[in-house]
Amino acid sequence: MATDQLTHEVRGATATGGRTSRRWRLDDRYLPVLGTLVVLVAMLAIGGSRYENFLTGRVLANLLINNSFLVVLAVGMTFVILTGGIDLSVGAVVALSTCVSAWMLTHGWPAVVAIPAAVLVGTVIGLAVGVMVHVFEIQPFIATLAAMFLARGLCYLVAPESIPITDPTIVALARTRWGTEDGLVLTPSGLIALVVVAAAFVLLHYTRFGRTVYAIGGGEQSARLMGLPVARTKVLVYVISGTCAGLGGLLFSIFSRSGYALTGVGMELDAIAAVVIGGTLLTGGSGFVLGSVLGVLVLGLIQTAITFEGTLSSWWTKIVIGGLLLVFVVLQRLLALRRT
Amino acid sequence: MNALQTVVRHRLFWPLVALLVLVVASALKSPTFLEITVRDGHLFGGPIDILRRSSVLLLVALGMTLVIATRGIDLSVGAVMAIAGAVALTQIAAAPDPGSLTTVVSAIGAALVIALLIGLFNGFLVAVVGIQPIIATLVLMTAGRGIAMLITGGNITTVTSQPFKTLASGYWLSLPVAALIAGAFFVATALVTRRTALGVLIESVGINPSASRLAGVRARTIIWTVYVVCALFACVAGFIRSADTMAADANNIGLFIELDAILAVVIGGTSLAGGKFSLTGTLVGTLVITTLTLSITILGIPANAVSLFKALVVIAVCLLQSPVVQHRMRARRRRTAPVPVEVPA
Repeated sequence: MATDQLTHEVRGATATGGRTSRRWRLDDRYLPVLGTLVVLVAMLAIGGSRYENFLTGRVLANLLINNSFLVVLAVGMTFVILTGGIDLSVGAVVALSTCVSAWMLTHGWPAVVAIPAAVLVGTVIGLAVGVMVHVFEIQPFIATLAAMFLARGLCYLVAPESIPITDPTIVALARTRWGTEDGLVLTPSGLIALVVVAAAFVLLHYTRFGRTVYAIGGGEQSARLMGLPVARTKVLVYVISGTCAGLGGLLFSIFSRSGYALTGVGMELDAIAAVVIGGTLLTGGSGFVLGSVLGVLVLGLIQTAITFEGTLSSWWTKIVIGGLLLVFVVLQRLLALRRT
Repeated sequence: MNALQTVVRHRLFWPLVALLVLVVASALKSPTFLEITVRDGHLFGGPIDILRRSSVLLLVALGMTLVIATRGIDLSVGAVMAIAGAVALTQIAAAPDPGSLTTVVSAIGAALVIALLIGLFNGFLVAVVGIQPIIATLVLMTAGRGIAMLITGGNITTVTSQPFKTLASGYWLSLPVAALIAGAFFVATALVTRRTALGVLIESVGINPSASRLAGVRARTIIWTVYVVCALFACVAGFIRSADTMAADANNIGLFIELDAILAVVIGGTSLAGGKFSLTGTLVGTLVITTLTLSITILGIPANAVSLFKALVVIAVCLLQSPVVQHRMRARRRRTAPVPVEVPA
């Protein structure tokens, strides 16, 4: 599949609107992503007209900063879902990663060791899942479910109670802000999320590995017959997802400055919802990492809008996310029907 | 020797071994574990406790088994339980006489109707619109708890109603009512699926929906039916769970039960790929998970570590059932067998 050509078009269609006039016929493939973009813009417009201070740089910057860990998780999840798998373990791995880094930092380990260790925890769990899925042919749903229970259980062994993080490096990372006081700001967490997105974009669309990921999602048997390294790639996507979850955990511990075993309960569902709202098909083979980022921003914006509304109770967040999910999957299904 | 091999190869061998190990370990640690005593005409003891605690999970897992047999999955069961508890308890709380039987029956009826609608909705998305089950039910898994909170107004509704409380803590014929309800549902499901053609039809839809449709099976109706049944079973489970505490806690009733139910089904040897299901397997899987949770407290392991042990059991059972390991074990047996099975060229 010539994925790199596709992404050029997506960029042309979304980022620089002027160029689209040259090709009016847009590939159906981009419609879900465009739909997400339309929803995002519409939500921004409605929010901007309803509330003061909604369309300020601070709110928009916080949208990225407060959801940076979810962006990283959604990126990792995109890889797995593109191969037709699913990763339910990410929320628990986030918790384990925060617990491990908090435990190491309070037990005298320097941040130079604790930070990579927090990320590596995710890598190791991802590797274990990948081996279970590929070598032992356990369905991804069950294998990652087992990994989820494993990670949660390990959390309680490492940190039965919440551990505060007072390490100067983490505190410095949490406090650093680049940019003007009132305008757009960027934190190290936000920067890391952006770097991860860029790396994933290049990896998916400009490397052989990325093309193999799409090929496996399109048809594993065909990919194998084409001589693509299916085994290696299938294990690697879970390693990537695990590593992203570990990194997400690190970002979350910077965000919350603590390690707690109950962190990130249900976060895997947020990540999956973001990926689906971003236009990636759960059957695999179709979708874009930038779509997942848009999905996270839509979820974040729902939260922001409900905070701004003030009178709405928190449970409306869940209902709106569920409703949005419904609209998107039905639309995707209609598009798929039209294509055939 | 051959009989032994047949036993070891049986799909429920490893789950039953796990169950036995857990029971024996608990009995060694606490010698009174296996004792069943009669107090006030009710039976008490470890095994009875396991049965009573299994009821909620068994109900959910039964519905899940049927859904999984059609190659589907239902993630919304936990949310359905929360909604069922919320509807029933707010109805009872709003009624003038919470203790009367008619109030309880009408509240239960109202909740069952809501569950029926939820099942129809899930079934519609899967069977008619053609959305993958995991995503179709994820919609209500996310929104469902929000809806339950909407019903309770964000509060934890508590009521005192003797007839409703009986569902969880009552006894009938000296056995816990909850276990009897779950047992009745188990027997009914087994009879309906295995004594009629329904079970085979469900399996055929799970193997190939379009082929079964061409063969004259109403695939769409069957898929629709299993989601409705699953929602109704989850609703009953929701009654028992909320009657246990007599409180409708929208956030916590049935939290993560969908995962436990799927685990119970998988441990019982029903493949997530559909096309084959075993209700007995689901029963064994449910007992394994409940006993695991119970024996962890008995063995003095901190309750927080439950998930760690659950993970180890799941990984062990799944690995032992995985095609690669099964193949290796069979190959080894073949090598040691006195008369080698002929190897095709």
